[in-house]
Amino acid sequence: MTADTHTRSLPGWLIALKNIVVFLMRSPTSLFGLAVLAILVLTAVFAPLIATHDPYVQALGNVLQPPGNGHLFGTDELGRDIFSRLVYGARITLTIIFLVSIVVGPIGLVIGTSAGYLGGKFDTVMMRITDIFLSFPSLILSLAFVAALGPSLNNAIIAIALTSWPPIARLARAEAMTFRKADYIAAARLQGASTSRIIVKSIMPMCLPSVLIRLTLNMATVILTAAGLGFLGLGAQPPMPEWGAMIATGRRYMLDSWWLVTFPGVSILSVSLAFNLLGDGLRDALDPKQMNRR
Amino acid sequence: MSVSVEVRNLSISFGAGAHAVKVLPGVTFSVERGECFGLVGESGSGKSTVLRCLSLLTDFWSGEVLIDGRSVRDMPLIERCRTLQMVFQDPYGSLHPRQSVRTVLNEPLVIHKLGDREERMRRAITDVGLPISFLDRFPHQLSGGQRQRVAIARALILEPSLLLLDEPTSALDVSVQAEILNLLQRLRYERGFTYIMVTHDLAVVDHMCDRFAVMLRGEVTEILPHEAIARNGASHPYARELIGASLDYEGIR
Repeated sequence: MTADTHTRSLPGWLIALKNIVVFLMRSPTSLFGLAVLAILVLTAVFAPLIATHDPYVQALGNVLQPPGNGHLFGTDELGRDIFSRLVYGARITLTIIFLVSIVVGPIGLVIGTSAGYLGGKFDTVMMRITDIFLSFPSLILSLAFVAALGPSLNNAIIAIALTSWPPIARLARAEAMTFRKADYIAAARLQGASTSRIIVKSIMPMCLPSVLIRLTLNMATVILTAAGLGFLGLGAQPPMPEWGAMIATGRRYMLDSWWLVTFPGVSILSVSLAFNLLGDGLRDALDPKQMNRR
Repeated sequence: MSVSVEVRNLSISFGAGAHAVKVLPGVTFSVERGECFGLVGESGSGKSTVLRCLSLLTDFWSGEVLIDGRSVRDMPLIERCRTLQMVFQDPYGSLHPRQSVRTVLNEPLVIHKLGDREERMRRAITDVGLPISFLDRFPHQLSGGQRQRVAIARALILEPSLLLLDEPTSALDVSVQAEILNLLQRLRYERGFTYIMVTHDLAVVDHMCDRFAVMLRGEVTEILPHEAIARNGASHPYARELIGASLDYEGIR
């Protein structure tokens, strides 16, 4: 009871956030995910302080230097410091993830919950549209979009966003369908709540946890797709230090200078792994059955 | 404050074509102002369906439902909500698991643009016998009986005159059942509500209702005053059997 009154003085969402973080810290795998992402965010925020060199400045007398000699991860084919480029690349990666997530999450949530709650013809039409998007492999579809829109980082973000909302809409729809017959929805209808009000106030909060989990797990795919587009030359354009593009240019020197490909590769690997592990941890943390125990 | 209800030839079938199932072939009964009217019958006899039809939660029925002489279908949504409210059977499923009691009670006030929200919420929560501090609780912090009280408070906050009670106590413990029934009884005397109450339990009918209808396969077999229970005054064989079985079970005879 005393703990109860104590926690009530804080705003509700802050307590929930604290609970989730504490829960995540308890398991080593999600702690790893959380730590890597914390490092990623800090690196992106403090990039100018962390980077040892300017990521764009070329030093043609100092190309393809192995790690060491003032260059932590060596230099690339134009003599640019790979470590600094990775540090600035974190900003690009985070931008992609952030923009894709804030576009994809709401679209998927709105389409999914309204299709699931309204049902009938609206549901059929919406789900056939998502089927069309789902039937293409996402990388191929993004390739087509980027090819149509022209290669650039922004277009890559738009293309990835366009291809990654359908699974989220599907998930939100499935969740919404399990709640639409619930008594509390009937009660809301009896109180005169409009359909949109019921969807926003009653259905969406119930679908939000699983959508958040899916979104986090999705981020790994987003990073890989973005890196893939960068690798194919359709994403970030030179000289931007995007990790996938770095691998693409480093590929030509891979046999003699392993560090060109290895360090961006390890970065992509660890960040997407971190998102996957964090998503797994979040699934445990946001499970409503666990929620009731706290 | 109180209203009369008249149900004429209410019929509904689910499904279409050859697979259509007629759940209610044609229900007719009337409830007077301030009366508590019971609907009893075995599972699947269509008791709850009658309530869902009255409240327009299910709206593809035919027939007529008149509240104070006006058809429910003709009432504007806002007015209908302020005339009739429903209390559901399962208090664990009828409260939104992520909304606090305050949100649950505040929503209808916002929808109906009513003022003095804090004051109204406090009154509703005290009316159902809960302390005001419970406004900040979430459903998982409440017991079954407390949840059902919150559900009743939610139904009361729009100050309706007709309450549809769908087995309000069957999911609760016996001692808690009595509390909730007494609460409903008290509210009826204070506010003059009209109740239509679905239940399995003839003891509850005897305690609460003035008259009750015995339903069998969607049809009202007989409408009886509550005194008919003790002396088993039913004339229809099914109603007689149902009351007899209940009396045997309770060991009254």
